[in-house]
Amino acid sequence: MQQQADANVKRFMYVNRKAPYGTIYALESLEVVLIGAAFDQDVSLAFIDDGVFQLLKDQDTNAIGVKNFSPAFKALGDYDVNKLFVEKESLDERGLTPDDLMELTWEDEDDDWEEKPSIHLVSRHEMKTLLGNQDVILSF
Amino acid sequence: MKFAIVVNEGPYTHQASDTAFQFTRAALAKGHEVVRVFFYHDGVNNGTKLAVPPQDDRHIPNNWAQLGKDHQLDLVLCIAAAQRRGILDEKESERQGKDANNVIDGFRISGLGQLIEAGIEADRTITFGD
Repeated sequence: MQQQADANVKRFMYVNRKAPYGTIYALESLEVVLIGAAFDQDVSLAFIDDGVFQLLKDQDTNAIGVKNFSPAFKALGDYDVNKLFVEKESLDERGLTPDDLMELTWEDEDDDWEEKPSIHLVSRHEMKTLLGNQDVILSF
Repeated sequence: MKFAIVVNEGPYTHQASDTAFQFTRAALAKGHEVVRVFFYHDGVNNGTKLAVPPQDDRHIPNNWAQLGKDHQLDLVLCIAAAQRRGILDEKESERQGKDANNVIDGFRISGLGQLIEAGIEADRTITFGD
């Protein structure tokens, strides 16, 4: 984790633990992230347990009559929200691989606007460390 | 210590609101400060003035309102979560062209920015919910 020079900047982590549909938690979590992006804090997202399903590509919700909100994740890079940590064990336990996830990127203005991946695969052990490094954890 | 409290579940169905209430009351009794209580998801239902629980049961919305009054707490219902669940204060009700409102005195409706701001201001942000 990078060190924060500005004492007014806190490390916020949004922890997403639930599937995207079935309950409203995932959608309302993303709403907080999008609003929170305006506050210039150090923001990261964690996806663990069924939360990893939120990032699946080619989501189609027509049959359940619920809005597919997954395209909104693609906007996060434009809001400088580019640290999405996905727990590898959670993927494994659900028979998923990183190839099943959306390609989410951001443009690094300090590196000639190069497109870089926003999704970072981390182990359960690394996730524990990341969680321990936060100032504010909002869990959904 | 400055606490921000987040309540993510509605009253009665879930223990979260009761536990958050008891924590908030205990923290205040110990001399701590509670910078804001933010109600999100179904938690916004804690702010209804239309709840009529049986007389031998606790009145969760009234208890929050009373605690808020006693300690000048900032009890905030998330506007986006409240609107989709039919929780409207007088102003929002008028703005949306509805003929009723149901937010109990002592709560106010505001945006998600209030949650982030509370997280910035508080020493600890504590979430009550699933």
